[in-house]
Amino acid sequence: MRVIAHVAVSVFKESVRDKVLYNLVVFAVLLMSASYLIGELTAGQDVKIIKDLGLASISVFGLLIAVFIGIGLVWKEVEKRSIYTLLSKPMRRQDFLLGKYFGLVLTLVINIAVMTAAYYAVLAYMQVISPPNLRASWPAPATDPALLKAIGLIMLELMLVTAIALLFSTFSSPFLSAMLTTAVWVIGHFNQDLRDYGATIPSPLAASIARGIYYVIPNFSAFDVKLQVVHAQAVPLGYIGFTTAYGLTYIALVLVTAVIVFSKRDFK
Amino acid sequence: MDAIRTEALTKSYTVGFWRPRPYLALDGLTMQVGAGEVFGFLGPNGAGKTTTLKLLMQLIYPTSGRAEILGKPVGDVGVKRRIGYLPEQPYFYDYLTAEELLRYFASIFGYAPAERRRRAAALLDEVGIGAERRLALRKFSKGMLQRVGIAQALINEPEVVFLDEPMSGLDPLGRREIRQLILRLRDRGCTVFFSSHVLADAETLCSRVAILAKGRLMTAGRLSDMLAFHVRGWELVVSGLKEDVLARAQQCRQVVRATRLAEGRYALELPLTPPPERTLADLVGQGAALVSLTPVRDTLEDFFVRQVSGAQPSRFSETA
Repeated sequence: MRVIAHVAVSVFKESVRDKVLYNLVVFAVLLMSASYLIGELTAGQDVKIIKDLGLASISVFGLLIAVFIGIGLVWKEVEKRSIYTLLSKPMRRQDFLLGKYFGLVLTLVINIAVMTAAYYAVLAYMQVISPPNLRASWPAPATDPALLKAIGLIMLELMLVTAIALLFSTFSSPFLSAMLTTAVWVIGHFNQDLRDYGATIPSPLAASIARGIYYVIPNFSAFDVKLQVVHAQAVPLGYIGFTTAYGLTYIALVLVTAVIVFSKRDFK
Repeated sequence: MDAIRTEALTKSYTVGFWRPRPYLALDGLTMQVGAGEVFGFLGPNGAGKTTTLKLLMQLIYPTSGRAEILGKPVGDVGVKRRIGYLPEQPYFYDYLTAEELLRYFASIFGYAPAERRRRAAALLDEVGIGAERRLALRKFSKGMLQRVGIAQALINEPEVVFLDEPMSGLDPLGRREIRQLILRLRDRGCTVFFSSHVLADAETLCSRVAILAKGRLMTAGRLSDMLAFHVRGWELVVSGLKEDVLARAQQCRQVVRATRLAEGRYALELPLTPPPERTLADLVGQGAALVSLTPVRDTLEDFFVRQVSGAQPSRFSETA
């Protein structure tokens, strides 16, 4: 555990030095500019749009970090041969891999936490400046704590995306890893359609393939409750709990696969 | 107990996309390195030296055979606590400073922060990295990176240290410093296993060597046994030698070859017979003065060339 923690902290430090956290500035500027512009253009709907836009931005910024750092985590070490010295130290290959994973998760947690704080600050500002009659028309307050449910599930989704990117980076180039990770993420968002595909097409082979993909690729749409929380619809805690268990199980499976692939690999 | 032991260690790769065929990078290496030895692992480029070191560090897995370090299988985390490794042309996180890098590696060994700082500072002093230790590694020259690489290999005061081409990228002064460092390690009882294709380094440092060519072990043993140190001629340096005297000596086959040096001196290559004393007496009797007389022995380079030129030509499996 100690070795995993040291590797994880070094990944976080590297992301800080690589100026990954600059994206937070872009996020804050984007959100503030958007809230100002939307406030000028819309009447009454601005808080809902800001809520929507904020959650989408957190998701997209997080996804960019997870994919573009995740795909290079192992590849860069192997390509530059820095892994040679590291693996000669008292650590197992799985320690290295899990350290890399948790380092990127730490980077994501800090990013998401700061973005969430900025998001709530903008929403609090909107709450303060909105007249009481307008506030009364909102289905939920601007700083609705339920938004945290959506953000929590976004974080879980990003942890899964990171694990998938890490898995691909253990055996393929960054370009291919980015393609494959993005493909899995996109297919995962349409997973429900794959399950129902058999009912709409006559070919049993195509239906079986679609069903196979449905079982292998995680259902990313399960992590998306943005619409519900923005429209103040209830998201039961049971659903959150089940989805969390589903996500963590998938993450564990992907990480175990990554460890198996990485442990057998020759560093030529 | 041997510090390092390999038994029929073999590594083959599949090469070629359309017609894949096995390529033997290392073919049945069996050798032992005793504790406290400075062992030179020699061979031309592509001989399989780095492959062997990667197998010993378990960066690659053997196709067959086995390897042990300090009596335990390679890859054992307990063994890794007791060894150090410098890869060929090392690369480190270039956003870190030399100090930070060494402290990071020390943290993996579980040392407390104060101990990490102490070890990092002492080792950087030992390899001659001064104020540059606070610069990012991306600003380091190849030679300075090599020094940092050697320092990181020693961060845990290893019992066995593996150095892959440790002199690579170093200037003459740096090479001398690293040679002295290797000898200091030997004096502390550390086993040093280093690969090189620079034979002068091995001749200066090693108690035993192994010579590898085309993936096969050609020979291994004590340098003194390998070279036998038998005299195969003499080199006589004289001054005041007249040209007609030299010409007569060459006619009488007392001198095989003569090279004119600076300030009227000559280096003369003498055969084993007649004895050099007689030739020297003749030349001195005709006005020449003795500067030096040195026996000519087999060098490691001569031995190496003989061994390597006898290596089999192909490493591609004929059954492919």
